Amino acid sequence: MIAEAIQWSWIGDHTDVIYQRLLEHLELTVLAVGIGFLISFPLGIYAYRHHWFLAPVTYATGILYTIPSLALIVLLIPFTHLTVLTCEIALVGYTLLILIRNIVAGLNGVPEDAREAARGMGFSDRQVLWRVEIPLAMPVIVAGVRVATVTTVGLVTVTSWIGFGGLGYFIYTGLQQFFTTETLLGSVLSAALAIILDGLILVAERRVTPWRRGSHAGGQRGESLQVEAAA
Amino acid sequence: MDVFAHLFSWIGNHLTGPDGVYFRTTEHVQMTLLATALGALVAIPAGLYVGHTRRFEFLIVSIANLGRAIPSFGIIGIVTPLAINLPGFGFYPALIALFLLSIPPILTNTFVGVKNIDDDMLEAARGMGLKERDVLLHLELPLAAPLIVAGVRNAAVAVVATATLASLGGWGGYGRFIIDGFAQNILVEVVAGAVLVALLAIVTEVLLAGLERLVRPRQASTEKQFLPQLRASRA
Repeated sequence: MIAEAIQWSWIGDHTDVIYQRLLEHLELTVLAVGIGFLISFPLGIYAYRHHWFLAPVTYATGILYTIPSLALIVLLIPFTHLTVLTCEIALVGYTLLILIRNIVAGLNGVPEDAREAARGMGFSDRQVLWRVEIPLAMPVIVAGVRVATVTTVGLVTVTSWIGFGGLGYFIYTGLQQFFTTETLLGSVLSAALAIILDGLILVAERRVTPWRRGSHAGGQRGESLQVEAAA
Repeated sequence: MDVFAHLFSWIGNHLTGPDGVYFRTTEHVQMTLLATALGALVAIPAGLYVGHTRRFEFLIVSIANLGRAIPSFGIIGIVTPLAINLPGFGFYPALIALFLLSIPPILTNTFVGVKNIDDDMLEAARGMGLKERDVLLHLELPLAAPLIVAGVRNAAVAVVATATLASLGGWGGYGRFIIDGFAQNILVEVVAGAVLVALLAIVTEVLLAGLERLVRPRQASTEKQFLPQLRASRA
């Protein structure tokens, strides 16, 4: 049923615009996750160090996360109009809950032994944070970045409604003309982009956390390895 | 902001009628209940089965990953043209799309909920002579219940959100205010639609989070309460 509905020649005739939309999609995603991380990182660290802050920041970003994307975009229009800023504010907003939660969870998961050992070696609080806690929390933090990236790739399709949607543009115009080829193209490429970015971040994480290379058990980390990483 | 000042009077003036707030609320709520219930009807038994027997696990993983990767707007976009000949002015295309959308979060959570149960506990139950059926119904189901409800919550919130996008494919619901208001350049109508759907999403979230607490076998740590379950998909 679906295979018959595809007009392959249409895809062949539109390779230029497909490439352009793909790039736009990538730009919108990277910008949103990047800015989201820049906001989440200090907030996450603050929430980890000051426990009272965790509940309010989680509730605030949780409410933001619950608001449907189309609604959030609309509610921003009176303030920022039909600009790329409107899209990015919404997209960044959705990354916050995911990123902050994982940053806090990652830091909370750092074994007390590792912290103690680092303090025993004379590390200051700042050194413990940057050279012990953050590196050890990295797998969980990166897992958050992956989820945020995949989520954002999907949400970018919705911002096509006000003209900045990357591949979502194909879904939007295809939906208006009931043209399956176009909606399918936008959806498949968007899903592919999500999967590829997810994989790339995973590969990048393996590279920056070489001490985990031996352990295939995901979050499982050997004690000796942690002390080594701390030193 | 001028728009927000006129918001309440606009809603007050458009409560009744075939295109009124009451009617659109009914449409949106009915669609959410129906799509989520159908999704749960399929996904909970399937998740229980796979979690209990540990067969076809790869299928759950694939569906969970695909469900996260495929944009929800894409599901609307693919289903609508294919199902547009069904009667009901876009009702069935929307229902089919939202039903499909609701499956992965419920399926994943049900499966994980059953799978994460301590093996010792299951062995003890079997050692006490419980039949497989009883293990499933009286041990696995109640222990997995909070996660299952969390999955239903995530699905329902995603359905509320994505139903708005279904209005782009011709269906009604709150999305009509947003789409039609946008087309006619009536900003207050657009904002009214957005506020209503945002409220419905939050109400759905809060109600089902309450249900989740009710089915929780014992009190979890406060920290867990502040860190809501990862949502599998959203729109």
